[in-house]
Amino acid sequence: MVPLSYYLLLSGFLFACGVAGFLIKRNIITIFMSIELMLNGVNLSFVAFAAHWHALAGQVFVFFVMVVAAAETAVGLAIIIAVYRTRETLNVDQVNLLKL
Amino acid sequence: MNFHLILFLAFGAVCVGGAINLLAQRHPINSALSLIAVMAALAGEYLLLGAEFVAAVQVIVYAGAIMVLFVFVIMLLNAGEEEETKGSRVAVLFGVPGMLIGGVLMAWVVLRQSGTEAVPIGALPGHPADIAQLLFHDFLLPFEVTSILILIAIMGAVVLASKPEPMAGKVH
Repeated sequence: MVPLSYYLLLSGFLFACGVAGFLIKRNIITIFMSIELMLNGVNLSFVAFAAHWHALAGQVFVFFVMVVAAAETAVGLAIIIAVYRTRETLNVDQVNLLKL
Repeated sequence: MNFHLILFLAFGAVCVGGAINLLAQRHPINSALSLIAVMAALAGEYLLLGAEFVAAVQVIVYAGAIMVLFVFVIMLLNAGEEEETKGSRVAVLFGVPGMLIGGVLMAWVVLRQSGTEAVPIGALPGHPADIAQLLFHDFLLPFEVTSILILIAIMGAVVLASKPEPMAGKVH
């Protein structure tokens, strides 16, 4: 028997790591991976609450989160490729103009 | 210490270690591999919660498909080591203690509020049949909307990543 709070703490820790990575990382791909880490933390609390409240809908929402994450990854990585093609860099500090 | 708690702590340790390693590594490929470890360990946590189908989809879609996309792009763009940048001193002075205090406070509140309730192993078996009943009956409209989202994402990715035509307005 694992208390629900342990799952919530792990979920919160993963989300906090994602936020920290989003803020301190300078590589655009790593920033993007931090967003995925945040989504994973949220998914864990969805599943934990689904088990706690005996509501299977929580697990269905995880699938929706995964679909959104997949769509976001496809578009985001395409944007990263487009940015790299024009700027020749992945450092977000050097990507400071909307238009070249 | 029962077996369930030991399993939870083992998977949780892999999650925490992978998340910290993602922050600590400077090369994006190392960060990507540690993120794969985090996702695989999360699939183990889902199994402990009884969500077998979610665990399978987590490994197949997240650790499989999405992370392969990431690794593919990292190798395609030949991403190198991250450059060191000087962080602001104010952020270090106030951010780190603030984060520690906030984390401890949150842990205290969460542990105090629901420390007694426990989720038994396999509390809610997420059989694919039950999930399908929900997904294709109760959540049919959101499910159909996500298909449109995926379609738009595919088109957007193709448009964004395709090579610009050589004649199309070079500004500089």
